[in-house]
Amino acid sequence: MALAEKHVTPGGSARASSIEYRDPHQSVRIMGFWLFLSTDMLLFACLFATYLVVRTHTDGGPTPHEIFDVPGFTIETFLLLTSSFTGGLATLAMRNGHKKQLMAWLIVTMLLGLGFVGLEIQEFVADVAEGATMQRSAFLSAFFTLVGTHGSHVSLGIGWMFITLLQVARRGITAVTARKVFIVNLYWHFLDVVWVFIFTVVYLSGVVM
Amino acid sequence: MERGAQTTQHGHHSPTLYIVGYVLSLVLTAISFVLALTHAMSLGPTMWILMILAGLQILVQLFFFMHVTEGDGPPYHSVTLLIGLIFTFAICLMSIWIMTFHYQSY
Repeated sequence: MALAEKHVTPGGSARASSIEYRDPHQSVRIMGFWLFLSTDMLLFACLFATYLVVRTHTDGGPTPHEIFDVPGFTIETFLLLTSSFTGGLATLAMRNGHKKQLMAWLIVTMLLGLGFVGLEIQEFVADVAEGATMQRSAFLSAFFTLVGTHGSHVSLGIGWMFITLLQVARRGITAVTARKVFIVNLYWHFLDVVWVFIFTVVYLSGVVM
Repeated sequence: MERGAQTTQHGHHSPTLYIVGYVLSLVLTAISFVLALTHAMSLGPTMWILMILAGLQILVQLFFFMHVTEGDGPPYHSVTLLIGLIFTFAICLMSIWIMTFHYQSY
């Protein structure tokens, strides 16, 4: 606590007021998580670059226009945008010290995430049933790798959020659990940003062209 | 971001920022959706506007949900984030650029 106060600058008053930043040991972990997000972004950069390069290489097989289901990806987008919002409300409840609200919003966020993953699996199964498999063309390999990597991130995020939820249930809102809730939500918002780009670069562009 | 922007007089954080962020993200998505499906404009401008709208979504998430402006000490995380973003766009744009030359050689 004393250490944290020493390092607070005038612009940092907001951070000092939030529970997840009060302990410098937790504060530095949040910093570390931002570093992770910057490197995870580079993973997606490579997958996006690959997709953009081979997007037109359909080898006479299914084209983006043929396999993208507009209502399907619209609902997926809506679910993930909403879950990012409810994840934010979980952080807000945590900062206000409302344990039950925090747990409720985490559960809502996980359910929305499960809905998203469920729809995505359904979409992939339908694609494969139509002969659009990962082995069919360069376009489909890049498509399944990019969208699948994002989907596995979301699945991991749901499991991680569940473990965080259990810890909050057992220990309440402490400096440690507050930091955990904060970073799992950072991760979740980051995945929402990645999805917005998949929505734009993969799905909408595929429908436009 | 000053504390007063997010908290009421009772010291409680208010959901206003989150609600504004959520509405903004829905509006931005709806605009790009309508643009793409109605084919209101030609391909080039449509793609540019779609990318700008996606870029604005990054800002909405960062400033309304991820509290990127909060911090004691120097904003190291913003610097790494910026470098990550620059690399991300560089990898994508340069890949497309190089592969365009490749096609021209055929």
